[in-house]
Amino acid sequence: MSDVTIPPSDSLAVLEKQRSTAETFGIPLAVLLEITHRCPLQCPYCSNPVELDRSGKELTTDEWKKVLSELAEIGVLQVHFSGGEPTARKDLVELVKHASDAGLYTNLITSAVLLTRERLSDLADAGLCHVQISFQGIEEGLADRVAGYKGGHRKKLEVAKWTRELDLPLTVNAVMHRQNLHQLPDIIQMALDLDADRLEVANVQYYGWALKNRAALMPTVAQLDECTRLVEEARERLKGRLTIDYVVPDYYALRPKKCMGGWGRQFFNISPAGKVLPCHAAESITGLDFESVRSNHSIAWIWQNSDAFNRYRGTGWMKEPCKSCEFREIDFGGCRCQAFALTGDAANTDPACALSPLHETIFKQAEAEAEGETSRFLYRNFAGGTLESENGT
Amino acid sequence: MAGPRHISVSEASRPVLPRHAKLRYDETREVWVILAPERVLAPDEIAVEVLQLCNGERNVGDIADQLAAKYAAPREAILADVIAMLQDLADKGFLTEIREKTS
Repeated sequence: MSDVTIPPSDSLAVLEKQRSTAETFGIPLAVLLEITHRCPLQCPYCSNPVELDRSGKELTTDEWKKVLSELAEIGVLQVHFSGGEPTARKDLVELVKHASDAGLYTNLITSAVLLTRERLSDLADAGLCHVQISFQGIEEGLADRVAGYKGGHRKKLEVAKWTRELDLPLTVNAVMHRQNLHQLPDIIQMALDLDADRLEVANVQYYGWALKNRAALMPTVAQLDECTRLVEEARERLKGRLTIDYVVPDYYALRPKKCMGGWGRQFFNISPAGKVLPCHAAESITGLDFESVRSNHSIAWIWQNSDAFNRYRGTGWMKEPCKSCEFREIDFGGCRCQAFALTGDAANTDPACALSPLHETIFKQAEAEAEGETSRFLYRNFAGGTLESENGT
Repeated sequence: MAGPRHISVSEASRPVLPRHAKLRYDETREVWVILAPERVLAPDEIAVEVLQLCNGERNVGDIADQLAAKYAAPREAILADVIAMLQDLADKGFLTEIREKTS
C-alpha cells in the first residue's frame, strides 16, 4: 500500500482539493445496510469480509434508528436491509417501520430461511416495499449443498410464495458459478413460476470468500457465453413481464467494471459495527481507516471528507497504465478491492483490465481453474471457514 | 396468482404504479423521482403530471381529456404522447393496471 504523503505547508490546498472533489458527488440515492454478519447459511461466495463482525460489535436498535433518520435527512431515498442475514436481527420490523416513517424506500435482501409468514406480514405492515430472496440453485440437492444448509431451498420457495400472497414485490437473486450455471434456464422459469417481478442473474464476484473458493466456482468461458446468450434471449422474450439484471464475472472481460460506479462517487454501505464503507468489501484493503457512525462525525461529513473515501476518489491517485488511459474516467481503473487482493496495492490497475500487466496471468489461471477438478467448498463462517467433506456435506 | 403482468396501454386502460414503484418528491435534489428496486427514475415534468393522474380509477382517455383541457392542446396528439410514455414505463416494469375481476 503506497501512502499518500501530504507536505504540511500544502494541507490547506489538499483539503480544498479534496472538498471540491467530494462536492461533485451528491449523497448517494441508495445505501446498503449490512445490519448483521450473522447468517445460518454458509455460502462459499459470501460477499461479507472474511473477518466478520461478531454480534457484540453490532449497532444497537437505537443506533440504527439514528442512522436511518440521518440518511433520510441528508437525501438518501432507498435503503437495502442486508447482512449477513438481516432477519437474524430481532428488531428488523422496528427498523423497517422507522425507515418507512422517515420516508425511505425499503428493500429486504434475505436468504429467507428464518422468516415465518407472520413476521413477513409484520414487515409488510411496517411498510416494507420490496423483498429480494437469494437462490442457490433449482433443486434442493445442489442448492442446499451450496448454502451449506439443509432444507433451505424448500423454505425459500415457501417464503417466495408468501411474499407474493402478501402482495409484496419479489426479486429472485440467483448467484451463478460453474457448479450451477447449467440450471439457468430452469432458474429463469422458477422466477416466472414464483411470480417475481425481477430476476438478478449475478455471477459470483471473486473477492473475500469467493476468492478463497475460486477454483471451485469459476465458470468456463463457454459456460459464461451460454449464460449471456440465455439472459439476452430471456430479456427479449419476457420484456415487461420479468426484468432481468445481469452481472458478469469480470475475469473474462477485456475492460474492468466501473466498480461501485467509481470509488466514493455514488455508493456507500454501513457495516454491522457502523463503519461507513465505499464498498462492502472495502475492509479487505488494509491500511485504510474507515470512520464509524459512532464517531463524532456526521455521515455526510464522512462521505465527503474522510480519508478512506477521498483516497481513491476521482483520478488523482492513479498510477500507470490508468493515469494516462483514455478510459480512466469511464471505469476509474476497475475495482480497488480486486486490485488489492490480486496485486497487493489497491492503487494498481484492476487485473480484470487487459491493460494491467497481470491480466493475462490471472486470466490463464482462472481458465485453468475453471477446467480443473476442484469442486469442494470452503464454507463461510465466523471461524474463518470450514472445508466441505469429501462426500459433500 | 396474478399471471403475466405485461400490459398494453390503450385509451381504456386504467394505469397505476405497482407497489414496488413509488412516486415521490425528493426534497434534497428538488426533483420528482420514481423509486423502484435497485433503481431511481427521474420522470420529466409531463410524465410526473400524467403519473399523478394515474390512480387506477381514471382511464388513459380521461387523463388525455384533462390534459387537453388544461393545456388547450389537441386531444389526439396528447393521447398518443401519453400512451407512448406509459407504454414505455410498462415495458420497463414500472406500470400496472386495474383489471375488472373476470372470475
